[in-house]
Amino acid sequence: MARAASPRRTLLTTLAAWSVALVIFFPVLWMILTSFKTEASAVAMPPEFLSADWTLENYETVWSRSDYPRFFWNSVVISVGSTLLGLAIAIPAAWSMAFVPGKRTKDLLMWMLSTKMMPAVAVLIPLYLVFQRIGLFDTKLGLILALMLMNLPIIIWMLYTYFKEIPGEILEAARMDGASLWNEIVYVLTPMALPGIASTMLLNIILAWNEAFWTITLTTTKAAPLSAFIASFSAPQGLFYAKLSAASAMAILPILILGWFSQKQLVRGLTFGAVK
Amino acid sequence: MSTQSTRLAARLMVAPSVFVLFIWMIVPLAMTLYFSFRFFRLLTPERSGWVGFTHYLWFLNAPDFWLALFNTLALVGGVLVITVILGVLIALLIDQPVKGQGMLRILVIAPFFVMPPVAASIWENLFMHPQNGLFSAIARGFGQQPILFLENYPLMSVIGIVSWEWLPFATLIFLTALQSLSSEQLEAAEMDGASPLNRFRYIILPHLTRAITVVILIQTIFLLGIFGEIFTTTQGGPGSASTTLPYMIFKQAIVAKDIGRAAAGGIIAVILANIVAYFLMRGIGRHLDN
Repeated sequence: MARAASPRRTLLTTLAAWSVALVIFFPVLWMILTSFKTEASAVAMPPEFLSADWTLENYETVWSRSDYPRFFWNSVVISVGSTLLGLAIAIPAAWSMAFVPGKRTKDLLMWMLSTKMMPAVAVLIPLYLVFQRIGLFDTKLGLILALMLMNLPIIIWMLYTYFKEIPGEILEAARMDGASLWNEIVYVLTPMALPGIASTMLLNIILAWNEAFWTITLTTTKAAPLSAFIASFSAPQGLFYAKLSAASAMAILPILILGWFSQKQLVRGLTFGAVK
Repeated sequence: MSTQSTRLAARLMVAPSVFVLFIWMIVPLAMTLYFSFRFFRLLTPERSGWVGFTHYLWFLNAPDFWLALFNTLALVGGVLVITVILGVLIALLIDQPVKGQGMLRILVIAPFFVMPPVAASIWENLFMHPQNGLFSAIARGFGQQPILFLENYPLMSVIGIVSWEWLPFATLIFLTALQSLSSEQLEAAEMDGASPLNRFRYIILPHLTRAITVVILIQTIFLLGIFGEIFTTTQGGPGSASTTLPYMIFKQAIVAKDIGRAAAGGIIAVILANIVAYFLMRGIGRHLDN
C-alpha cells in the first residue's frame, strides 16, 4: 500500500525504520566488526569502535590453522546433498499430486506435514542406535539422509504450491499432441517449473545448513558440519572472541547471501503457500 | 480426462515419498515405544528386561519434568507473543513510505539466516558475557553491576535470543500481507475521519488475521523443538532452570545414556506435540482451500 506522503513524514518514518532495522541487525554487525579486531581489542573495556586494531589475521588463522575447512566442506556436502536427494524424491510426488489429484491428495499432504510435527527428540534414540549399528553415525551420508527426511515435507509442499500455479491446459495440449508422460515432464513441465524448483532448492539448502539438532547429536568429529563446530566452540574468558567471530562470520555469510536472494520465496515456502 | 495409466503412473510417483516418510516416522516411533518399557542403559548393557510404566512414572514424578514442561510452553508462548507483537509493529513501520526499503528488508531479515549455534554464541559471548559482553560494558558505563543474564535469567535470555532469530520471519510475513492491502480502503477511511488507531483496529488487523495465524502455526512447529540455542548457551542450566522437554530427553539419552528413560520422555513429547498439532492442523487446514 504505497501512499503519497509529505516529505517531512517520509523523513521521520525513514529515520524510525532505519533505527529499528539497525538495532535488529546490530548483533550480526558487531560480530563482523569483532572478527576484524585483534583478540586484545575484541575484549577491550570499554568496547572499541573506531579506535580498534583492525586485522585480517583471524580469518587467516581460522582457515589455515584449524579444521575449519573440513567443517565448512561437510556443511556444503550435507546441505546440498540432502536438498538434491530430497528434490529427486519430491518432484515426482509433487507433480502427480498437483496435476493428477486423487480423492485423498489433500489428506496425504496434511499427513506429510504432520510428520514435521513429530518432535525430533522422540526419534533421536532409535536413529542414534540404528545409525551406529549400520555405520551411518558420524558420516556425511547419514546426515544427508536425516536432513533430507526432515525437510522432505517442506520440499513437497513448496513444489506442490508452485506446480499448482502452472495452467493445466498446457499439459492437456501437450497430451493432445501425443506427448508421452515422460516427454510432458521433461519438455513442458520442467521449464515452467524451474523457478519454483530453484527457490525450493535455495530455501532447503538454507534450512539444512542451519540445522542444529541432528548435526549435533549424530556426529562427533568426522562428519560434523559448521553448526556442530560452532556449538562446541568454547570461549573461556573470551580469549578467542575475534577468532570465534571470524569462524561465525564465515559460517553464516554464504547463507546470508543466499537468503537475501530468496526472501520472497522464503515467505511462501515456509508458510506452505498460505501467504504469498 | 486423465487416463488410467496416467493415474497409475501418478500414484507410483508419490509412492517413494510416502514410503520414506512412513518409514522415517513409524520405525523410530515403534522402537521408541518399545524401549520406553524396557530397562536399557548403555553403561550396563548386560541388564535388560521389561519394566512396565516405570520410566513414565519417573518422568511424571520428577520435579524437573514439570519444570521442563513449563519451560517448553513458556519458551514457545514467550517467543510467539514477542515476535507477533513486535513483528506487526515493525512491519507497519517499514510499510510506510521510507527511503531504501529494499536495503531495510535485507537488514531486518538477516537474523533469520544466522544458524542457531552462531546466534546463541554471538549473544552469549559478545553481548551477555559478564566480563566482556557489550551489555556489561553498558551497565558499567552507567555505574551499575553487570546483569548475569544466563546465570540469573536463563530462560528469559533464551527466549530473547530465539525471539531475535524469529522476529524477522514474522516481520517479513506481516510485511508481505500488508503489501496486499489496498490503499484505497485506508485512504477512504482516513477521509472519513477514522483515527489511526481505528484504521488499525478495523482495517489492518482483520487483514492480518490470516498471516498472524500462519506465523503462530509455523513458529510453533519449529519452537517446540528448540535445541541448538539451549545447547550452546545454558546447557539447560543453571540446575534445570532453562531445561525444556526436548533438552531433558537429550540429557537422559546422550549424557545419562539411559535409553529406556529417554524413550519414555520421547513418547511423552510425541503426545504433547500431538495435542498441539491437533490445533495446528485445524488452523492450517482452513487455509488450504483458498
